[in-house]
Amino acid sequence: MSLLLIALNAADAQAGAGFAQSFGAEFDVLVLTAGDVPAIGARQVFSVDQADLAPADAMAAMIQGHLGNYTTIAAVSAMWSKDLLARVAGLEDSPMVTDVIAIPAPGQYQRPIVAGSLLATVEVEGAPVFLTIRPAGFAKPEERANGSTSSLAAPGAGQAVRTHKSASQGGRPDLTQAKVVVSGGRPLGDAATFERLIGGLADKLGGAAGATRAAVDSGIASNELQVGQTGKIVAPDLYIAAGISGSTQHMAGMKDSKIIVAINTDGDAAIFQVADYGLVMDLFEALPAIQVALD
Amino acid sequence: MKVLVPVKRVIDPYAKVKANAEGNGIDTTGVKFEINPFDEIAVEEAVRQKEKNPAITITVVSVGPDAAEEQLRKALAIGADEAVLIQTDEDLDSRAVAHELAAFAQELQPQLILMGKQATDNDANQAGQRLAAKLGWPQATFACAMEFAGDNLTVRRETDEGEETLSLPLPAVVTTDLRLNEPRYIALPGIIKARSKPLTKRPRLTDVKSQVRTVKVEQPAPRQAGVRVNSVAELMAALRDRGAL
Ligand SMILES: Cc1cc2nc3c(=O)[nH]c(=O)nc-3n(C[C@H](O)[C@H](O)[C@H](O)COP(=O)(O)OP(=O)(O)OC[C@H]3O[C@@H](n4cnc5c(N)ncnc54)[C@H](O)[C@@H]3O)c2cc1C
Ligand SMILES: Nc1ncnc2c1ncn2[C@@H]1O[C@H](COP(=O)(O)O)[C@@H](O)[C@H]1O
Repeated sequence: MSLLLIALNAADAQAGAGFAQSFGAEFDVLVLTAGDVPAIGARQVFSVDQADLAPADAMAAMIQGHLGNYTTIAAVSAMWSKDLLARVAGLEDSPMVTDVIAIPAPGQYQRPIVAGSLLATVEVEGAPVFLTIRPAGFAKPEERANGSTSSLAAPGAGQAVRTHKSASQGGRPDLTQAKVVVSGGRPLGDAATFERLIGGLADKLGGAAGATRAAVDSGIASNELQVGQTGKIVAPDLYIAAGISGSTQHMAGMKDSKIIVAINTDGDAAIFQVADYGLVMDLFEALPAIQVALD
Repeated sequence: MKVLVPVKRVIDPYAKVKANAEGNGIDTTGVKFEINPFDEIAVEEAVRQKEKNPAITITVVSVGPDAAEEQLRKALAIGADEAVLIQTDEDLDSRAVAHELAAFAQELQPQLILMGKQATDNDANQAGQRLAAKLGWPQATFACAMEFAGDNLTVRRETDEGEETLSLPLPAVVTTDLRLNEPRYIALPGIIKARSKPLTKRPRLTDVKSQVRTVKVEQPAPRQAGVRVNSVAELMAALRDRGAL
């Protein structure tokens, strides 16, 4: 039994390390873009010499050549890993389980279904098994030295060609790894107001900004900030939801946060059912007041 | 040019769902079923492309029970040309679905397969990538805009950090994200009118079995009830007490 952890970069290797260490067998890590690999106790570290992740067809073909005898191939759940691992699983015609939150018994995996309304335990037949995992369900990693390191050549050209790339992270911590997330919904109204009230409070707290689908769809926030069933899954120490109704789809992405604060003018909003602290108040009054209170 | 759109019949994404009495599946009594929202977006996109280029023919296919005819009729009402139901009452995993779709695609020979990024019942997010791998075609997942450019397809796709644009030679597989388009509203008469479009039913094309089987379904533990605070000052005091700030 052995595990290959596939990581996008150093931070992602760190995010998957707790799962890998708790897996109960030796593991190697394959880091897909250049960077220093943290000490996570991998038997072998393979680093691919490329600045940017190549499109999935080229990447998958390359990874298929490095699958060796691993029984499990895993990556932290993200858009890049779902894009890539499912293609490798397809090439191998092997089973895959998405968004694993626990391994209740060998060969069994627990995962949320129907936007997190239910938890399913699945049994898998066949090998190797591909997994995308949500780190929040697994123990925190210890710092441990890695074994040997080797670098791998960048993948050859594939059929798909990237012609443009944009990133609008804007200096804030990564949403999926931030300790504090401040999220806003539809009532924020426009991008400048979102940035001032949600972004401003996030900066005061050293956190990341998040948004609902309604906020993203109406151009208030950019798509990579969407939290939920079809956006990012976050589990920070503190999640502040302002002007968010609490749809099942949104809560699928944040209800494992340690402390949830909800600010909403509607005392009956569903978000209050998961909030540790609920404040029935206009967010245009509450958010500036919180910023002042933090000064 | 042929465009294939696979659609899945799923439990209404806005329904409140619970586990069945046996604790091994979803309780579907009294719950509505819908076309998977991402697949509806895929059908809408195919129809918009056809509106720009009438040479396109759109085939929708579903692997599922007889009742999935309802979702195929809806796809026809949006504007697909023909529908195929590959009949099965089994709950197939994404791998088995990809095998069926690959066999069907080999027959139909479409230039583009446009499908949802994930089924909102199992949230697997696999079938498109698996299908692309099986066929040896390039893929663009999480599409938020697309345009034909000669023998190529230009796809803008959402990524973890923002967006990127891929140029893909055809044939290719594209999976849709929420922001690709907003599906048109179809009134009931439209669905009835679509009854005259061809819908064929056929048995499964492969004997591939699911390798991922659900053995238990349960309700997640509810969160502990929280408290209401009456002012920002009270909220800040509570957060400071908890050590959250
Ligand atoms: C397939 C599918 C996938 C989806 N995926 C996601 C997803 O990943 N993430 C996601 O978020 N959504 C997702 N959705 C959409 C989801 O169903 C909801 O429509 C969305 O989350 C609602 O966003 P919202 O809370 O900002 O807006 P609304 O539902 O409009 O809620 C706004 C809230 O703000 C309150 N409010 C209004 N004014 C103020 C004020 N001045 N001060 C304080 N409160 C105020 C209102 O009382 C209300 O509760 C998905 C939907 C589907 C069908
Ligand atoms: N039974 C099915 N019949 C037709 N298409 C399907 C079926 N299951 C999945 N798909 C397609 O594959 C996509 C991804 O599904 P999944 O991998 O199950 O999340 C869906 O959005 C559909 O387009």
